[in-house]
Amino acid sequence: MKILVCISRTPETTAKISFSADGKSFDGSGVSFIMNPYDEWYALVRAVELKEKHGGTVTVIHVGTAESDTVIRKALAIGADDAVRIDAEARDAFFVANQIGHFAKDQAFDAILLGKETIDYNGNEVGAMVAELLDLPYISYASSLQVDDGTATIKRDIEGGVEVVKVSGAFVLSAAKGLAEQRIPNMRGIMMAKRKPLQVLDPIDVDQQVTVEGFSLPDEKSAVKMVDPENMDELVRLLHEEAKVI
Amino acid sequence: MNDVLIFAESQNGVLKKTTFEVVTFGRKIADAVGGQCHALVLGTVNNPGDLGKYGAHAIHHADNKGYDSFDGRDFSAALSIAAEKLGASTIVVPHSANGRTILGRLAIRLNAGSVSGANGIKTADSGLSFTKGVFSGKAKASLQLLSEKKVISLMGNSIPVEEIGSNVKVQSIELPAPQNRVLVVEKQTVEGTVPLPEAELVVSAGRGMKGPENWNIIEELANSLGATTACSRPVADTGWRPHHEHVGQTGVAIRPNLYIAIGISGAIQHLAGVNNSKVMVVINKDPEAPFFKAADYGVCADLFDVVPRLTEAINKFRAAQN
Repeated sequence: MKILVCISRTPETTAKISFSADGKSFDGSGVSFIMNPYDEWYALVRAVELKEKHGGTVTVIHVGTAESDTVIRKALAIGADDAVRIDAEARDAFFVANQIGHFAKDQAFDAILLGKETIDYNGNEVGAMVAELLDLPYISYASSLQVDDGTATIKRDIEGGVEVVKVSGAFVLSAAKGLAEQRIPNMRGIMMAKRKPLQVLDPIDVDQQVTVEGFSLPDEKSAVKMVDPENMDELVRLLHEEAKVI
Repeated sequence: MNDVLIFAESQNGVLKKTTFEVVTFGRKIADAVGGQCHALVLGTVNNPGDLGKYGAHAIHHADNKGYDSFDGRDFSAALSIAAEKLGASTIVVPHSANGRTILGRLAIRLNAGSVSGANGIKTADSGLSFTKGVFSGKAKASLQLLSEKKVISLMGNSIPVEEIGSNVKVQSIELPAPQNRVLVVEKQTVEGTVPLPEAELVVSAGRGMKGPENWNIIEELANSLGATTACSRPVADTGWRPHHEHVGQTGVAIRPNLYIAIGISGAIQHLAGVNNSKVMVVINKDPEAPFFKAADYGVCADLFDVVPRLTEAINKFRAAQN
């Protein structure tokens, strides 16, 4: 199988979030960045597993500046064969998807995998956009993926349950928890990653469709009101009369 | 071209609660820009006329069985073709598993700017802008769409459903037949309870429960409230509860009116999935549990003692109300 995995770079999960003085951009100073966990733990690892089982190649693609190269090397250390970096700031989903679609359109990938969302902008948009650009089926929130004789059987999370779908031929898939188990790169992988090819390409022009008016932090929560464990009637009263939720 | 088209999503032939929220939201956009709000209903659906009550000016139904199984490609094609026919420049879909699968495709098809998971709308002289949560609930963003066409997915439980419309006759609409390239072989969903992302009341429990055999007290509390049950990641990982009940960063993100967390310490990854809840109640015997800092109401006690008494108090309250 010839597989493309789209990887994104995000602040680590416990990073403190702050914004520039004008509130229009994320302030990344002092923040450590990681590969987006859904891309890494689930999409990339499942792609590598499929390669190990069926043969083929795994290419990773990333839209970002040279600052991302450590994240890309990690993906190569986990088991991708080669990497492509589109040399541009990842402005928004529409921009990123168009870069990926442009790269992938003549490459005949059997599968394009990515995480269900990035943990920073939480868009879940790039997968569907890439699928539309390439006119491929798109299956979101996959928690299981099996491929036999060119037919993929996929379990996807839906509200309150799962749906099992089959698709023939090439497809785009977004990965949720359960698709694979996180892999820690070993020393051999890390050494080999240094010699694997990383191709840097110029971006294509894409219209800007969205502008950020501003980011803000949530309002401070007022202090917790402790309720006497012996008096649950009081908690019910508060939920009814004060919070008005029951 | 100021009209709005909304996707009326259904599940097993029944319009979803999030669909009514989307209609109300679509109507508000239409009112703000001086247009009409159209609803598109796809496949076998009961009572599509209900959409009028919540704000649709016109209801269009493509009653083709090919839409009874979901393929995002067919659904986004249907929506974009209908939008063109009806002259709608803004499309709103629910931010559900299927809605999210459609949104990005629509953005490409229509060369439209998109807002994924909007939870509000602001009107200003410069035009409309949309708010949404970012950084897994740790911040908010306000976005403006520069494009002529706009596509938006609305986060569930973000706005109240309002009866701002009236009865509207359902019209049929001709759309190209769906191709069904994605074949749905099986669907396993829990029956009889509101799915978590749509639930207004959620009772959630964690490792403090000590084992799956103790869940009856959680279910009894949920029943007394008419709430949906959820759980923390370790509970789903050890198989005490099904995977779809897992709320948190890697599980389902929810924003109910009331979230009751029982025996959950409140790690940052858990909070990321629930911190948009309107009111949070935390029951934990550890006074140092980080969850108390995020909670509105806290009860510091042994859950096995306090949960049954809370259930009893709620039953008493419900009985008094009736």
